[in-house]
Amino acid sequence: MSTPYAKLPAWADYGLIPLINLLVAFVVAGLVVLLVGENPLRAAVILVEGAFGSGQGLAYTLFYATNFIFTGLAVAVAFHCGLFNIGGEGQAYIAGLGIAIIVLAFDSTLPWWVVFPMAIIASALFGALWALIPAYLQAKRGSHIVITTIMFNFIAASVMVYMLVNVLKPAGSMAPQTRQFLEGGQLPKLGWLLAEFGLKVRPSAPLNISFLLALVMAFLVWVLIWRTRLGYEIRTYGFSSKAARYAGISETRIIIVTMLISGALAGMMALNPIMGDQHNVPLDFVSGAGFVGIAVALMGRSHPAGIVPAAILFGMLYQGGAELAFEMPNISRDMIVIIQGLVILFAGALENMFRPTIQGIFASFSPRSVGISATKGERA
Amino acid sequence: MEFVDALINILNSTIRVSVPLLLACLAGLYSERAGVFDIGLEGKMLAGAFAGAAAAAVFASAWIGLLFAILVSVGMALVHGFASITHRGNQIVSGVAINFIAAGSTIILGQAWFQQGGRTPSLPPEGRFGEIKLPGADALRDVPVIGQLYSGLLSGHSLLTYVAFLAVPFTWWVLFRTRFGLRLRAVGENPAAVDTAGISVAWLRYRAVICTGILTGLAGSYMALAQNAGFVKDMTAGRGYIALAALIFAKWKPVPAMFACLLFGFLDALSIRLQGTPLPIIGKVPVQLMQALPYVLTVILLAGFIGKAIPPRAGGVPYVKER
Repeated sequence: MSTPYAKLPAWADYGLIPLINLLVAFVVAGLVVLLVGENPLRAAVILVEGAFGSGQGLAYTLFYATNFIFTGLAVAVAFHCGLFNIGGEGQAYIAGLGIAIIVLAFDSTLPWWVVFPMAIIASALFGALWALIPAYLQAKRGSHIVITTIMFNFIAASVMVYMLVNVLKPAGSMAPQTRQFLEGGQLPKLGWLLAEFGLKVRPSAPLNISFLLALVMAFLVWVLIWRTRLGYEIRTYGFSSKAARYAGISETRIIIVTMLISGALAGMMALNPIMGDQHNVPLDFVSGAGFVGIAVALMGRSHPAGIVPAAILFGMLYQGGAELAFEMPNISRDMIVIIQGLVILFAGALENMFRPTIQGIFASFSPRSVGISATKGERA
Repeated sequence: MEFVDALINILNSTIRVSVPLLLACLAGLYSERAGVFDIGLEGKMLAGAFAGAAAAAVFASAWIGLLFAILVSVGMALVHGFASITHRGNQIVSGVAINFIAAGSTIILGQAWFQQGGRTPSLPPEGRFGEIKLPGADALRDVPVIGQLYSGLLSGHSLLTYVAFLAVPFTWWVLFRTRFGLRLRAVGENPAAVDTAGISVAWLRYRAVICTGILTGLAGSYMALAQNAGFVKDMTAGRGYIALAALIFAKWKPVPAMFACLLFGFLDALSIRLQGTPLPIIGKVPVQLMQALPYVLTVILLAGFIGKAIPPRAGGVPYVKER
């Protein structure tokens, strides 16, 4: 039981094991489909076709993926620091408020390319602010950040309901949401980009320019974590807080700065649904994307190069899941929630379940690859 | 007398909304005292509620419903245990996973089995835990105050309500007066010491996690079989997290846990009652503020401004035998 996990070759560590975990998660999800009385293989075909089979489907897949890239990066940055930011949901929700303030003030006078940068800053600022208090409490008073960020999710939900119902709702309107944004608050769509590749995309497809922002952020996060001094400090602290303290890294500063970055990334997620698709701030527009970020970060092993494909995979599940609900009445979109849970379970909590077996296999083929120099007989 | 009636009314609804919180909170107590963090209370409660309602609907028996609720809830608790004890996985991640799996599968299975949009069929009276009238409740109804309190507040709850409140002294007794309780607390503070004493850390923690499963099963059954007549999708609506907040608020102690749950329940009951009615001095209090209050209070407590909440020392850390 207490044998240490020996080293595996990098490709097995970063490729094989996540792949096996993912596979198991999908097999279990397939069993659920079977339990509901549908054919899991057919379900998988419908899912993939719905997500990638048409230009329209692809546009939706990438639209959802945009949300998950932002929230996945947010969770990942915190992970690198050994922090678990479970509050992406609340941070993104509050960021909607920041965007609303900017857009409602300027959308009638300024063009989108002026409003957009301001909205980016506002969303990042509001998201970061919502992460600041939990970060401060963790750094200064030792309050567990998981609990405080969960609490802040609920507080955010209450604040936003209050703001939308009592403050932001235009007079005379019944629906608890802001007024419709004018031209200056609407982001250009990216459907034409897919059309360039000969795919058919209707102008209604919600894929928009914030997808590109998400990719830029993924790159910047990579630069931050692996190519800057701050990133090095974040990783050091995450790896061993004692070592970081010994090296003279300020604990308070690292925790707070990391959480601010994480909150800002989560906050930017709000740009995509609000300015890119809905053109207003409705209730509950985050709809779980903050939590999907956890699954995405775990699956992508907290590396942007893993997070982007993982986000696209979840985008595929969301888009394909909608098609699936259409074709198979017994399977609603909630199937994705199960898959998400299973991915978090197998790629996250049980990530080491298959490791000893795989190590055994590697060791029997090539002892050197797992760091065992002598044969087993000699060691015993 | 109108004031007494109103008071009894609001206290009565306080008890009703507190029961699932209390059961879930005590559930979390066992697990966290043994050093296994559990943010999956919500999911286990939800799964328990669904299993209970489904079984009660099929077999038309509240007791069979209860049995299935506990079985399913314990099953999910064991998954959490398997991930966090046996495989030393991240306990928070595992809890999040449990919540998602429960949220999704209750809707999918409910729709597939009953075709009512994720609901279970409305339960007949024999499929529910009905109200129990304490002896003499009717006779004492007209005695002012004491009689009113007895018949209006103490009597007329379901069996599970009484079980929940009896579970508080029982939990206290188990944790602080039995050998199992001593070991359970020890394994949450210093598992290495327990291991040195020749007691299996893993088995102790598994037993704690099973206790958690039983109690969350009870909490789910209360919601589906007593408070309501069946399962509605996402019916726990964050109560598992409030229970977690109450657990921290109570500093991981059973009797304060009861008071914390009653306080949060009272806030909830009050916010429903005060909806739209202005208060004398403060004016109209937004409902959202009342709803957010348990979370705000917990954060303030966690910040160390109302006493300090110190979690079990080994909480969240998987135990690795020294090599």
